[in-house]
Amino acid sequence: MAELGTMRVKTGLAEMLKGGVIMDVTTADQAQIAEEAGAVAVMALERVPADIRAQGGVARMADPTKIREIQEAVTIPVMAKARIGHFVEAQILEALEVDYIDESEVLTPADEEHHIDKWRFTVPFVCGCRDLGEAFRRLSEGAAMIRTKGEAGTGDIVNAVRHMRAVFGHVRRLGALREDELFAEAKRLQAPYELVRWVAENGRLPVVTFTAGGIATPADAALCMQLGADGVFVGSGIFKSGNPAERAKAIVEATTHFEDAEILARVSQGLGDAMSGLSAAALAPEQLLETRGW
Amino acid sequence: MVERALIGILAVQGDVREHAAMLQRLGADVVEVRKREHLESLDGLVIPGGESTAIGRLIRLYGIEETLRGFERPVLGTCAGMILLARDALDGVPGQPLLGAADIVVRRNGYGRQVQSFEADLDMGGGPPLRGVFIRAPRVVHAGPDVEVLAELDGDPVLLRDGRVVVAAFHPELAGDPRVHELFLECVAEHRARRARTVG
Repeated sequence: MAELGTMRVKTGLAEMLKGGVIMDVTTADQAQIAEEAGAVAVMALERVPADIRAQGGVARMADPTKIREIQEAVTIPVMAKARIGHFVEAQILEALEVDYIDESEVLTPADEEHHIDKWRFTVPFVCGCRDLGEAFRRLSEGAAMIRTKGEAGTGDIVNAVRHMRAVFGHVRRLGALREDELFAEAKRLQAPYELVRWVAENGRLPVVTFTAGGIATPADAALCMQLGADGVFVGSGIFKSGNPAERAKAIVEATTHFEDAEILARVSQGLGDAMSGLSAAALAPEQLLETRGW
Repeated sequence: MVERALIGILAVQGDVREHAAMLQRLGADVVEVRKREHLESLDGLVIPGGESTAIGRLIRLYGIEETLRGFERPVLGTCAGMILLARDALDGVPGQPLLGAADIVVRRNGYGRQVQSFEADLDMGGGPPLRGVFIRAPRVVHAGPDVEVLAELDGDPVLLRDGRVVVAAFHPELAGDPRVHELFLECVAEHRARRARTVG
């Protein structure tokens, strides 16, 4: 008997994406450019984060017509975003047979208290986090993949670095705790003890952990990989730059050869203008996307 | 004393860590292959699961593709690895590199999208069932006369051997059962013994 939607099948797809780049796309043409450049998946969106930030208004799930066009255009997995807590958007995305749902703070949250109960779905979910406690809470709700948050749509890597350091550093510190100290730590993290203990013993999260938010150059992607990410999401950084096709290829290559400075130097040259970007530190607290979710 | 086998894992993208853990558990030494020079002196090679289009583009760079075509030692390919080793792939991307090391034709995503991904028990020549994890898996639509079918699912071959090449549509590296990797390492050992005799 074939069994659908098991946790192993859900987390397994993320395992296959490791070492790869997932690119935000808003059209079938962009999706093909991403696939040709070697993206491992695309994220189908109505607007990239930089435009959501610039134009304001409520950001919602993409139009199903757009998602279908993108699914028709490529053979790689197609992901799509649902608003935090908006389980009906997630039901629609599952009916469209997207390959992964991103319950994302980049869209306007639909619920101020509850995230989606992800165990109820056959399609797997990826969720963002700023620290280890947030990652544990998403995992206990059924997330099958984690991405550390950055500040989406800025082209500024600083917040992504802060959150990777917070998550991966905390994982390493858990490994140094005595068993009786893990109980207190689980309580502090508001996380299930079994999960905390597994992470302490294995030195990593139980699911694949990508990073996202603010990646604009090959060097940014390699920095994330060297800090411990399993792969990267690139949002506005590609299609808001001067030469998307070349930049996409360069970021893919940098993600594979993240420890080879000679290759990084070569792929970094002559890419034209990176997205102009915003300094994340200059944003007012109410302009931050990363603080959505809890 | 028998020297430990040195197995390379193509590590441009995909689930390299799981293959490495399984091979090390079975007593092999493992190296990651990102450039052509890493292919020298290997006893065998694994092409892991991943996205075959992404892996395909990355092996086009730095001459890895040509070196892989000339690699004459045992190879294990799972899922995307099976696609890359096939003679032909239907529903692929035009120009996607295929190594043609196994005389099989596959259909990419032949079992459907992720919501249709599944686990199922497989019969691998007797013994307890082998748990197959199929993730957006390729479907074998043709296997040549010299290809041995080692396991089937509902009439489709899912584990096959063509001489020194072993391919699986599923992910034996994810389910903890070592039998497919053991089979591959036996193939590596036979190949080494044959080489030693030829040299001797």
